[in-house]
Amino acid sequence: MATSAPAGLAPEAGPPPSRLARFLDSDLLASFRRSRLAMAAFAATVLFFALALLAPWISPQNPYDPAQLELMNANLPPIWAGDGQAPFWIGTDDQGRDVLSAVFYGMRLSLIVGVLGVAVSGLIGIGLGLVAGYAGGWVDTAIMRVADVQLTFPAILIALIVDGVAKAALGGHMDANAQIALIVLAIGLSFWVQYARTVRGSVMVEKNKDYVQAGRLIGLSAPVILTRHILPNVTGPVFVIATINLALAIITEATLSFLGTGLPETMPSLGTLIRTGNRFLFSGEWWIVAFPGLALAGLVLAINLLGDWLRDALNPKLQ
Amino acid sequence: MTRTQTGDAPMTEPVLSVRDLRVEFATRRGVLTAIDGVSFAIGRGEVLGVVGESGAGKSVTGSAVIGLIDPPGRIAGGEIRLGGERIDDLPPEAMRRVRGRRIGMIFQDPLTSLNPLYRVGRQIEETIRTHTDLSARAARQRAVDLLAEVGIPAPERRIDGFPHEFSGGMRQRVVIALALAAEPELIIADEPTTALDVSVQAQIITLLKRLGRDHGTAVMLITHDMGVIAEAADRVAVMYAGRVAEIGPVAAVVGDPLHPYAQGLMGAIPTLAHDADRLAQIPGAMPRLSAIPPGCAFNPRCPRAFARCTVDRPEPLAVGSHRVACHLYDEPGKAAA
Amino acid sequence: MLAFILRRVLQSVGVLLAVGLIAFAMFRFAGDPVNQLVAPDTPYAERLQIRQSLGLDDPVLVQFARYAGNALRGRFGNSYQFRQPVSTLLAERMPATLELALCATVFALVVGILMGVYSALHRDGALAKLLQAVSLVGVSLPTFLIGILLIFLFSVTLGWLPSYGRGDTVRLGWWTTGFLTASGLRALVLPSITLGLFQMTLIMRLVRAEMLEVLRTDYIRFARARGLTTRSIHFGHALKNTLVPVITVAGLQLGSIIAFSIITETVFQWPGMGLLFVQAVQNVDVPIMAAYLLLVALIFVSINLVVDLLYTVVDPRLRLSVRRAA
Repeated sequence: MATSAPAGLAPEAGPPPSRLARFLDSDLLASFRRSRLAMAAFAATVLFFALALLAPWISPQNPYDPAQLELMNANLPPIWAGDGQAPFWIGTDDQGRDVLSAVFYGMRLSLIVGVLGVAVSGLIGIGLGLVAGYAGGWVDTAIMRVADVQLTFPAILIALIVDGVAKAALGGHMDANAQIALIVLAIGLSFWVQYARTVRGSVMVEKNKDYVQAGRLIGLSAPVILTRHILPNVTGPVFVIATINLALAIITEATLSFLGTGLPETMPSLGTLIRTGNRFLFSGEWWIVAFPGLALAGLVLAINLLGDWLRDALNPKLQ
Repeated sequence: MTRTQTGDAPMTEPVLSVRDLRVEFATRRGVLTAIDGVSFAIGRGEVLGVVGESGAGKSVTGSAVIGLIDPPGRIAGGEIRLGGERIDDLPPEAMRRVRGRRIGMIFQDPLTSLNPLYRVGRQIEETIRTHTDLSARAARQRAVDLLAEVGIPAPERRIDGFPHEFSGGMRQRVVIALALAAEPELIIADEPTTALDVSVQAQIITLLKRLGRDHGTAVMLITHDMGVIAEAADRVAVMYAGRVAEIGPVAAVVGDPLHPYAQGLMGAIPTLAHDADRLAQIPGAMPRLSAIPPGCAFNPRCPRAFARCTVDRPEPLAVGSHRVACHLYDEPGKAAA
Repeated sequence: MLAFILRRVLQSVGVLLAVGLIAFAMFRFAGDPVNQLVAPDTPYAERLQIRQSLGLDDPVLVQFARYAGNALRGRFGNSYQFRQPVSTLLAERMPATLELALCATVFALVVGILMGVYSALHRDGALAKLLQAVSLVGVSLPTFLIGILLIFLFSVTLGWLPSYGRGDTVRLGWWTTGFLTASGLRALVLPSITLGLFQMTLIMRLVRAEMLEVLRTDYIRFARARGLTTRSIHFGHALKNTLVPVITVAGLQLGSIIAFSIITETVFQWPGMGLLFVQAVQNVDVPIMAAYLLLVALIFVSINLVVDLLYTVVDPRLRLSVRRAA
C-alpha cells in the first residue's frame, strides 16, 4: 500500500497550473482584445500610473515646495480663459500653486496610498485566510466571526474609526509620513475581509486534495504547503479583488482626506485638493476643484472598468 | 389496413396538424436549423408520443406549437394548424390568448414550474380568469374542482398551500390542473414524468391519459422514455437531429420498427423478455446542429447505410401503417437484405 | 419561529458587546481621559484623585461593565469639545440624519427599482444601455465628488437649490423636522440625491440582474405557456420574485446610508450626527466617537435583524424551513 500510494498519486502530485499562468494564456488575452472598453480602461489606467510615476519630472512646479509658490500667480484661471498664463495650463490656486502639478503629485500620492493600502489589506487578509482555512477549529471561528462583524460596517466607517483611534492614542500630532502610514493602515484594516474569505474558501477546498495530502505525507511543513501549493491557486481571485479594491482604496483615501482626517494640506492628495478647492466653488475659481475631481473620477472609473472586466473574464461567478 | 391507420393525419379534422415545420436559431456562427421539415398530426383524444435523444428537437417542436420560441430562434417555415386554423403566424397578443386557453403545456420539472411565492390556488385562478369571464368566486370553485379532478386530496384546504408544501408528484398534478384550467383542445406534455420518482411516474401517466380521454383532449407527449410511450401513447413519432425518422401506431413502431435508428432505439429498451446483457446501443452520438451531415442525418451511425444515404435526404414514405424517412424502403430489395 | 428570533437576537447582542468593547477600549486606552478633563498644570496628586473618582483604577472588567451599564442608560459622558453630554448632542442631531437617510432611501428604492425593471425588460434598448453606463459611473464616483458636482450645477450655476444646511425647521417635541417648510424640503433635495445615488445604482443593477434571472426561470415560462398577460407576468410574477433579494440588500443598505451620511453631511454642512462624528474625529473627541460607533452598531444590528425577519415573512419557503428548524 505504501509503495503504491505515490504511484497512484503521481498524475496529481504537483499542484495544478497556477491561475496566474492560465491568466496570461490566450483566452484572457482574446477576451481582452474583444472588449474595446477593457482596452480603453487599461490604456487610461496605464496613463494615470505613468503620470503619477513621472510627476516630479513632468510637472512644471513642485507643489510641495513653498519656495516655488508665488502669491503673484494666485488664482489664475486656465490658459484658455483669457487671463491665464503659461506655464499654468489649467490655472493656479490661492497659494499660486500650479493646479496641473498639484494634480500630478496628488495622483501620485493617491496611487501610492491606494497601492500600499491594497498591499497591506491583501497581506492581512491572505494571511488570516490561510491560517483560518488551514487551522480550522476555534482559530477559524474566531477569525471569521471578526470578519462577519466587520463586514456589517462600511469600510469608510472602519477607516475613519481606525484613523480617529490612532490619532487619539498618538495625541493628534503627526508628520506627513506618519499620516500616510496611518491612512495605509486604516485602509488595510478596512478591506482585508474579502481576501480572507476567498482565500479561506480555496484553502478548505484545496487542503483535502490529493496533492496536498501527498505533500503532507512526504513531510512538507504547513507554511511550505500553504505558500507553495495552495497560494498559487488563489492568485486569480485575489488579483481581481485587489484590482477592484484599488479603486475602493483610492476612494477611501480621497474621502478621508476630503473629510479632513486624511493627508494634510501641505502634502495634498487628490482628496485634499478637492477639499481645499471646494471652498472656491462659490467665488468662481472652479478649476481649483474641477481638475482634481476629474482626475480622481477618471482614475477610479478606469480601474473599476478594468476590474469589472477582469472579474467577468476570469470567473463570472466570483462576487 | 385503411389509410386512417397510417402515420398520416386521421381522417377527421385533426386537432393539431404540423406541416413541414422548420425552426432556426441565429447564432454568432451562423444559422442553425433545429427543426427541419417536421410534419405530424394529432386527433381528438389521441396521444402522440414524441421520442428521441436529448437535442433531437422534441422540446423545440413543442415550444414552436405553443409559440414560445424566443429570439434568436424563429419559425422559419411550414405551418401549424390548431383545429384547422393557422396559428404559427398569429400576432403575439392573439397567440397569447391561444396559449393556456386552447393549448395547455406541462413542463418537465414540477418543482420549478410553479411560482414559489404564490399560493397554488391563486396561480390556478389567475389562469382561469385570464381566459374566461368567471367571477373570482366561480374561478376559485373551478380551481377546487380541478385539483379534485387531478387527484389532490382535500382540495379545499390544499388550494391555499404554497407549492413547496406539495410533494413532487402532487406538484405535477397541480401543474396538470393548471394546464387544464381553461379546457384546452391540446396539451403538450414535455417530459412530464422525468423529474419524478419512478413510483409516481405511472400515476401521472395514467392521470394524463384518463384526462385526455375524458375531455377529448389531444395530447402531445414528449419524452425520451420508451416505457412511457409504450404505456401511454396511441401513435409515436421518433425524432432524430430535428427530423421525424419514423411515425406510426405505437404497437407497430415499438413492435416492428422500420427505420434503423428506431430499431436501435427499440433495441435499447430493456424488457423482461430479452436478456439484459443484450441491451443494444447505437454507436456514436447524435450530430450537433452545426454539423448535421448531408443526406440522411443518421448515415454516419447507420449500420445499413449505403451510397445514396450520404447524398439524398430521404423523404417520408408510407410503409404499412408506418411513415418512415429511409432510403431502404424506397428500394425494396435493399430493405429485405 | 420563536427560537429563530431568539437566536438572531442573541447574535445581535453579541455583535453589540464586541463593538461596545472596542468603544470602551477607545475610550479607556486612547489617550488619558484625565488629561482631557483638567488643566495642564493640575498637580499630580489631584490627577490621581480624579483618576480614582472616575474609577480608572478599578479592574478593567469592572470598568467595562460600568461603561456598558452607562451606555445602556444613554450616558456616554461629556464631549471634550462642547463640554456637553454626548447623548444631548446626538439627540439634537439625530432627526437631521434620519430625515436625510429616509429621503435618500425612498429615492434610491423608487428610482432604482423603476430603472432596474425598465432596463431588464428593454435589455437591448438604447435607454437601457444608457442607464447601465450611467449606473457604472454612479457606482464608481466617490460620494463627495457627486455632491460637489450637484452643488456646482444646481446651486452655483443654476441657483435653484441651497447648497448647505437644513433650511427652516419646525420643532415637534424634541424632534426637529424639515418636512414642513418649503425651504426645509428644498434643502433636502441635493443631499438626498447625493446620499442615495450609490444605493440607487446598486439597487438598479441588482433589480436588473435578478429580473433577468427570474425571467429565465421555468415558472415564468410556464406562466407564459398559460397565456397570462405580459403585464401580469412582468409586474406580478417576475417583479415579486425579484423583490425578495432586493429587500434584503435594500434593507442592509439602509445601514450604509446612515454611515455614508457622514460624507454627505460634510459636503452639505448638514447638521446631523455624521457631521458631529467627523468633527469629533478631527478634534479627537473620544466620547462622541465611541457613542456614535455604538449608535451606528445598534442601528446596523437592528436593521439586519429586521431584514432577516422580514425576509421570512416575504418568502414562504423560508417560513417553512424556519418553522422546521425551530
